[in-house]
Amino acid sequence: MTLVDQPAPAAGAAPPRRLTMAKAMVEGIAEEMERDPSVFYLGEDVGAYGGIFGSTTGLLEQFGPERVLDTPISETAFMGLATGAAVEGMRPVVELMFADFFGVCMDQIYNHMAKIHFESGGHVKVPVVLTTAVGGGYSDAAQHSQCLWGTFAHLPGMKVVIPSNPADAKGLMIAAIRDDNPVVYLFHKGAMGLAWMSKTKRALGDVPAGAYETPIGTAAVARPGRDVTIATVSLSVHHALDVADELAADGVDAEVLDLRSLVPLDREAILESVGRTRRLVVVDEDYHSFGMSGEVVATVAEHDLDLLAAPPVRVAVPDVPIPYSRGLEQAVLPTPERIADAVRRVLG
Amino acid sequence: MATIAPQDELLDAPLRVDLYRTMVLIRTYEERIRQEYHADKTPGFDIGKGKVPGEMHLAAGQEPVAAGACAHLRPSDAVTATHRPHHLAIAHGVDLDRMTAEIFGRDGGLGHGRGGHMHLFDPAVHFSCSGIIAEGLPPALGQAFAFRRRGTDDVAVAVTGEGAANQGAFHESLNLAALWRLPVVFVVEDNDWGISVPRSASTAVADNALRAAGYGMPGERIEDNDVEGVYRAAGRAVARARAGDGPSLLEVHTLRLWGHFEGDPQSYRPGLATLDEADPIPRYRRRLLEEGVLDEGRVEAIAAEAAGRVGRAVEAALASPEPDPATATAYVFA
Ligand SMILES: Cc1ncc(C[n+]2csc(CCOP(=O)(O)OP(=O)(O)O)c2C)c(N)n1
Repeated sequence: MTLVDQPAPAAGAAPPRRLTMAKAMVEGIAEEMERDPSVFYLGEDVGAYGGIFGSTTGLLEQFGPERVLDTPISETAFMGLATGAAVEGMRPVVELMFADFFGVCMDQIYNHMAKIHFESGGHVKVPVVLTTAVGGGYSDAAQHSQCLWGTFAHLPGMKVVIPSNPADAKGLMIAAIRDDNPVVYLFHKGAMGLAWMSKTKRALGDVPAGAYETPIGTAAVARPGRDVTIATVSLSVHHALDVADELAADGVDAEVLDLRSLVPLDREAILESVGRTRRLVVVDEDYHSFGMSGEVVATVAEHDLDLLAAPPVRVAVPDVPIPYSRGLEQAVLPTPERIADAVRRVLG
Repeated sequence: MATIAPQDELLDAPLRVDLYRTMVLIRTYEERIRQEYHADKTPGFDIGKGKVPGEMHLAAGQEPVAAGACAHLRPSDAVTATHRPHHLAIAHGVDLDRMTAEIFGRDGGLGHGRGGHMHLFDPAVHFSCSGIIAEGLPPALGQAFAFRRRGTDDVAVAVTGEGAANQGAFHESLNLAALWRLPVVFVVEDNDWGISVPRSASTAVADNALRAAGYGMPGERIEDNDVEGVYRAAGRAVARARAGDGPSLLEVHTLRLWGHFEGDPQSYRPGLATLDEADPIPRYRRRLLEEGVLDEGRVEAIAAEAAGRVGRAVEAALASPEPDPATATAYVFA
């Protein structure tokens, strides 16, 4: 576990700049592409458009069409192409425009990209980064709003990282590209700092210049606290921090634990935090059942049934597709209101 | 059911007026939705704000495809559409008030506000759509299969964009439909663009109708976004399907008059300034005026009728209540 501690910039390095998460992500990709000619980026609308959610802005101009490739709408083909190129020693970053679209190419992901290393008895490496946009909150309805990280995390063979802030977006990207395994990198549209989507103030943050890795598999204490642990990822970290600030006025000192990776999951960080606070709220924008929130609670239960002073509370999407209509969508998302209610409940 | 005139014969005047009327209704609708969509997203543009939030894909310029193909259909025929579904829904007779209420996220909508504009389902006219590229095709095969099992001569029309023609589901569906001689008409709307990717950068062949041969079915490409060309070709394909002779593939070279979605800056797209010159509706209007099929009075009446109809639909939508958030988990299971 680390405490929001980005590596201190090297002596004489430029001071951190304030960047959006989208810009920080692109910076991480660009720096790796400069350093390593085997890195290339492919996906739909990642060239001239710069990525529908700004994940590749400027990369085509900087690296040209040989290394930044717009694909046909043929996810099975280009996902498999990434796997094959990785098998031959390249380091592809392949974008699935929305995580919701994995259905059309899942076989290439979970039966090939994720299993080849195992099936080859460790002889073949598949260093692919699969970037994909997740999340709701802007009425994009049932096929364009899901998080689905629990599904990727459930299937063995893929690391799963989920940055919540610009500094981690860059550091996790660099770590993912350098990793010898498939890494699924999920970025929340609402946390990217896009001009055309309502922004959270936390989508903008300090980003160190130059290369650094945010270690995959380490959680971060985004806000230390004594009374309750709110364990979460992605945009929900922003909501949890807002709720913690608000509850501080009522004398509640909440700790916000940003898990950052689901695979590997920093179970020690969870146990360490809950060991101190003895109360747990898990916030998950993915579906409630059979997912991240259950895994976090199980981690605690398997370790020590007496660790918690009160039953844990999960705030997730009840097991329903994301509805279109704003009021319905807000009712199922883990909004600050639902998180605050959960914290009050767990504090009794 | 109108009979299909041979290629060299003029279509009946009333039919031509109907084709024009359908196109005008669609355009009037799309213009009104566009206006409602942007009305309360300012200052700036925030996709999640306003009476109609979320992504919005409008079909201005593609009216000839919907009007020409759906003119051959009856309510018992199926149509499956894409993320850009309004023109096909309107041409196939989807309940306009309830469709509009759905787009406004209201309880009186086709899906009680659950689905939104990419997920319109009207079982009364066997209409559906999907936001996942090419994934509306396979269900159309099933609808066609059911029609044949029931012994009717109903058909399923499965529509995608040219970008979707590179998706696995497209090719699997063509093969299976041909293998089982299902009454399906595949229609590819080639509007030259898949979001920012031009057709030349996505597709290895210049003409998707060529691909039909690979699956043993007739293929035909209609140039110039010509509603009458679409009408004639669709007539042949629908007749073939109704007769039990199996599927066909049509590709229409059409036009995406506006952005991929509302708010699309289109900075990747050359020739924006002259796009309106290719607008199929004024072109068809001029032709019908020149040929004496329409006169100015009739043109105005058709426009007024469309504006009235669309206005009533929007009013009805706005009069429908918002869904009750307490019911947010409803409809997951039957
Ligand atoms: C499987 C899948 N991949 C990608 C997308 C994102 N997407 C939505 S529309 C679109 C372009 C579709 O182009 P085309 O089929 O030509 O239809 P058009 O938008 O031009 O009507 C893309 C890539 C999607 N919805 N589903």
